[in-house]
Amino acid sequence: MKRTVLPGFRLTLGYTLVYLTLLVIVPLLTLPIRAASVPWDQLKATITDPRVVASYQLSIGASFIAACINGVFGLIVAWVLVRYSFPGRRIIDSLVDLPFALPTAVAGITLTTLCAPNGWIGQYVEPYGIKLAFSRIGVTIAMTFIGLPFVVRTLQPVIEDLDAEIEEAATSLGATRLKVLTRVILPYLYPAWLTGFALAFARAIGEYGSVVFISGNMPMRTEISPLLIITKLEQFDYAGATAIASVMLIISFTLLLVINALQGWTTRRVAG
Amino acid sequence: MAGVAVGAVGRPRRLTEPAGVRYLLTGIALGFLALFLVLPLAVVFVEALRNGLGPYFESIQDPDAMAALRLTLIAAAFAVPANLVFGVAAGWAIAKFRFPGRTLLTTLIDLPFAVSPVISGMVFVLLFGRNGFLGPWAADLDLRIVFAVPGIVLATMFVSFPFVAREVIPVMEATGTQEEEAARVLGASGFQTFFRVTLPNIKWGVLYGAILCNARAMGEFGAVSVVSGKIRGETNTLPLHVEILYNEYMFQAAFAVASLLTLLAVVTLIVKTVLERKLAR
Repeated sequence: MKRTVLPGFRLTLGYTLVYLTLLVIVPLLTLPIRAASVPWDQLKATITDPRVVASYQLSIGASFIAACINGVFGLIVAWVLVRYSFPGRRIIDSLVDLPFALPTAVAGITLTTLCAPNGWIGQYVEPYGIKLAFSRIGVTIAMTFIGLPFVVRTLQPVIEDLDAEIEEAATSLGATRLKVLTRVILPYLYPAWLTGFALAFARAIGEYGSVVFISGNMPMRTEISPLLIITKLEQFDYAGATAIASVMLIISFTLLLVINALQGWTTRRVAG
Repeated sequence: MAGVAVGAVGRPRRLTEPAGVRYLLTGIALGFLALFLVLPLAVVFVEALRNGLGPYFESIQDPDAMAALRLTLIAAAFAVPANLVFGVAAGWAIAKFRFPGRTLLTTLIDLPFAVSPVISGMVFVLLFGRNGFLGPWAADLDLRIVFAVPGIVLATMFVSFPFVAREVIPVMEATGTQEEEAARVLGASGFQTFFRVTLPNIKWGVLYGAILCNARAMGEFGAVSVVSGKIRGETNTLPLHVEILYNEYMFQAAFAVASLLTLLAVVTLIVKTVLERKLAR
């Protein structure tokens, strides 16, 4: 460590480590320790149970589609908010964080009410035989809502930092606007775009509050993994809950590593 | 959108898209946001006021709702100050000093964000529940943690843990160490240096983190749902109360209580926007 005149290193680092360990690390460690005490056969039986597998497929599949929707619209929203000026831009920019600030239970009952067969949106698609609420579409809608800010917020600063000179150079060399966008700007945004996508995806996989109302929770069809964990806990089947949660935790940590790597890539791209 | 100009920000014409494309993209973006953000906001208040102001205030003043509000405030009153002190301490250690494992520590602080809220609550059941690791110890001391207020406070602290730290660390890094070093060399004590030099520099960052921490603490649903046991008037927070009312088909009352949480979210967004302007300066 470099010598410094600043005091308090031991005190603050010590406090940080103790607080982090007691509140976060120790509680999180209980999960793998508990999982280790469950016989392997029982673990395997739980996580290969068709109902559990169906919940993983739904949680991962719907999260992926929701992240794709956010990838497309998030890019457009970020671009419009940074590059174009129109009345109300600042208010709309602030509103993008609503899914972060709005409690998930409120989001859940609100989206359900909107999408229900007699709801503001649901009534217009019902005649065509499309069910939004209490279907997999509803699960995806809720996951799109809670992941919405991630792509926008990771792309915005990168678009702001885009050097006008690069675009100028490409344009003066004869590239059309479309070529500049697809060959110069999009490749530059790519790492941040992927980071936003991964963040939205990771958030959606673990999401509970906003999804549980709109999904209808039908086993094998619209039951997400976090809900199955709660169901097992309520039946005091701690071993079963632990098994399902362990798989989810592994997925989450893998995504965390991927996101860290992507963020490193973004920083290098922007700095270099 | 007729008559509304969609201009380009600070760019010459050849470096932006044709006007038609600008209108189209802006239309798509605003349509998407209207559908996913504005419509839900409107639904909350329309449904809450469906039967007029009388029933609205009745639902909010219901004793169970008031008890839930009280518990939500209690949980935030523990979680926000605790995570604020932690965030500033972590910021000081991580931003002002270089030490091995610094990057790892920053990643570990973000852990609660990576974990599903349901798992965040579940680990406290595994730890303090009847069959938990520390369950027998808690029972001996006659301490009820899970399905009681302490469990709700712990789960709330867990999920709102990273907010202050992750805002304070970059702000402290941006200000560097020179001002503090100067203060020390001129004879200021450690605490004087912190309160007179560091704190004025980071105060908006701290407040920013605290606002986000508070929003999450008051709004948490999944984690609290697992540890609460949902005993009416005792272990019910506002978001859990919304769920109970909704599941009992008392939609107007559910949305009335939800409107309180929505107002909290709107206030959070406003304060956040104001602070972002201050931080950008």
